[in-house]
Amino acid sequence: MTTTDWPLWEVFVRSRRGLSHTHAGSLHAPDAELALRNARDLYTRRGEGVSIWVVPSSAITASSPDEKDPFFEPTADKPYRHPTFYEIPEGVQHL
Amino acid sequence: MTTPTVKDTALAPAALALGDDALVLSHRLGEWAGNAPVLEEEVALANIALDLLGQARMLLSMVGDEDELAFLREERAFRNLQLVEQPNGDFAHTIARQLYFSVYQHLLHTQLADGDGPFAALAAKAVKETAYHRDHAEQWTLRLGDGTEVSHDRMQQAANALWRYTGEMFQPVEGLDIDWTALQTAWLEQIEDVLRRATLSVPEGPRTGAWSAGAGRQGLHTEPFGRMLAEMQHLHRSHPGASW
Amino acid sequence: MATAAAHETARSQPSGAPESADDSTAEFQRAFDAAVAADERIEPRDWMPDGYRATLIRQIAQHAHSEIIGMQPEANWITRAPSLRRKAILMAKVQDEAGHGLYLYSAAETLGTSRDELLDKLHSGRQKYSSIFNYPTLTWADVGAIGWLVDGAAITNQVPLCRCSYGPYARAMVRICKEESFHQRQGYELLLALSKGTPEQHEMAQDAVNRWWWPSLMMFGPPDDESQHSAQSMAWKIKRHSNDELRQRFVDICVPQAESLGLTLPDPDLKWNEERGHYDFGPIDWSEFWEVLKGNGPCNEQRLSRRRRAHEEGAWVREAAAAYAAKHTTGGPGRQSDVDGTTGAHHAANANGENVNGETGAKRA
Repeated sequence: MTTTDWPLWEVFVRSRRGLSHTHAGSLHAPDAELALRNARDLYTRRGEGVSIWVVPSSAITASSPDEKDPFFEPTADKPYRHPTFYEIPEGVQHL
Repeated sequence: MTTPTVKDTALAPAALALGDDALVLSHRLGEWAGNAPVLEEEVALANIALDLLGQARMLLSMVGDEDELAFLREERAFRNLQLVEQPNGDFAHTIARQLYFSVYQHLLHTQLADGDGPFAALAAKAVKETAYHRDHAEQWTLRLGDGTEVSHDRMQQAANALWRYTGEMFQPVEGLDIDWTALQTAWLEQIEDVLRRATLSVPEGPRTGAWSAGAGRQGLHTEPFGRMLAEMQHLHRSHPGASW
Repeated sequence: MATAAAHETARSQPSGAPESADDSTAEFQRAFDAAVAADERIEPRDWMPDGYRATLIRQIAQHAHSEIIGMQPEANWITRAPSLRRKAILMAKVQDEAGHGLYLYSAAETLGTSRDELLDKLHSGRQKYSSIFNYPTLTWADVGAIGWLVDGAAITNQVPLCRCSYGPYARAMVRICKEESFHQRQGYELLLALSKGTPEQHEMAQDAVNRWWWPSLMMFGPPDDESQHSAQSMAWKIKRHSNDELRQRFVDICVPQAESLGLTLPDPDLKWNEERGHYDFGPIDWSEFWEVLKGNGPCNEQRLSRRRRAHEEGAWVREAAAAYAAKHTTGGPGRQSDVDGTTGAHHAANANGENVNGETGAKRA
């Protein structure tokens, strides 16, 4: 069983030029070359992409759910980073 | 793209030959549906089959009604190579058949795309498709040849078994402006290269059968082909004149 | 997002925290319940009740198995399709089903199971697939009836699943539903051509509808009062509507469609009920449903043994590819990735360092 259990890969597809690669899903493949081809066959059958990345799932380091607070909460109280924070007199343009 | 017609011209036999190759191989690949060794390969084989069916439909439409040609001709009127009608066998046989044919088809369409005949537009599209088919076959030849002992033996056996059907590919097709000698040289080079990298030996032995000589292109086929056609044509023929 | 922050945090399972600790489990449970109540998505690494996980694995696996077993009845006609146009459509459809199986197995894998494990359970009969695929495709018209009725019922079932509480499943369903819409239409169009064709063709279409109508209604599962998993799945928002609700919706959709087809649905009790604002329909023979489910349908054995055979006969191929990868890849998979963030993964080198993608179309386009 173990010898046939191909590793899992994450697939990222650029849907058209000018956009970044977006996670499309995953698949199994024995190696990178076949992963790329399987991804092409599976995730771009309807012309959904112009470029593909495949990444071994095991190579992805993710922030863990229990770190969510220290990771993401500190940014919640800094509204001055957003343009809507600032009041501009009516009629002023190109700002 | 509007399909140029070659009906009743000197190019009709060529359109039939190329169209029948694509049609018959597509049919064989369609037989894999639900039987592939891994799900990812279901998708890959179907993609190739669909590309080929698209090519077949365009080519046959250049000659006449695609369905009449596909479903109402007798076995002896088909002009496809014997190679493409060979049964799927195990996955190694299918891959060997794909390798031999896709390398040939890619070289052929590359030459046709460079020309300015009625096949040029179609060939330009087919070149991209067949490049992918060739790559697929190459990737799998490498993996089966240089995989396990079992897969190596099966792949070698398959490469040997289909070798005798490869000579026919370089018999000139009437009406096609192709340098057949160069085509054959390039084909041999590429096949030898892939087989070598796959740790396989280049098959020995004749590349044509003693009796069949030109064979498929002259409408002489192998026994399994009749059965294939019987299955393919049965429903259509059972309802003469019906639309589907 | 700000309002969600509090319970999202609590929902997550701190690493190393003992799961058995009653108070923290209770806290996770509260957070999970609140998230579901707020219509938020549960994601793979979030804490979730064991039952929720098990239910999802069972349901997603069954769904995935149905896609791949479901390839068989239709693949049965690929080699006999009566026109090249129909042949292309059918091949593309069966291919989609393999693709959908893949999306769903991937979704199931985010719950900590593997595809091999799930296939093993399918092959040994420990996990089910939709009973509808245990019926045979006897004529070409069955391909149309499957598209119209079976895929139609599946879509009715699946559209609400796009809002399922489990993120990966919901996302897979969005993709699947988008792709499925062509499946139902091609089936309808196929039947229409037959219905308006020769008398023999019309009869073929009517016969197929006669055979597929009742099994399609059974696809929504047993009546609500007999459905063992329904209530809990509704509470978890895995399921959004009851079996009977969806069945009624499907019947209401199909009746006018059948009229346009010029075909009759095989139910003498089928009629519009002004008061309810729905069509009434006759009683479903649930004994047939349970028999087929138990393995006594016309094709149970055939479908499963063919699937097993394909898997077993493919083992040497999967082993070969794994062996090749082990020989030619050092330092784990992905050694050759070349991602620079702007140009994309622009080539994959083969074992000899050659650029194998040069002309393949798989390179960046």
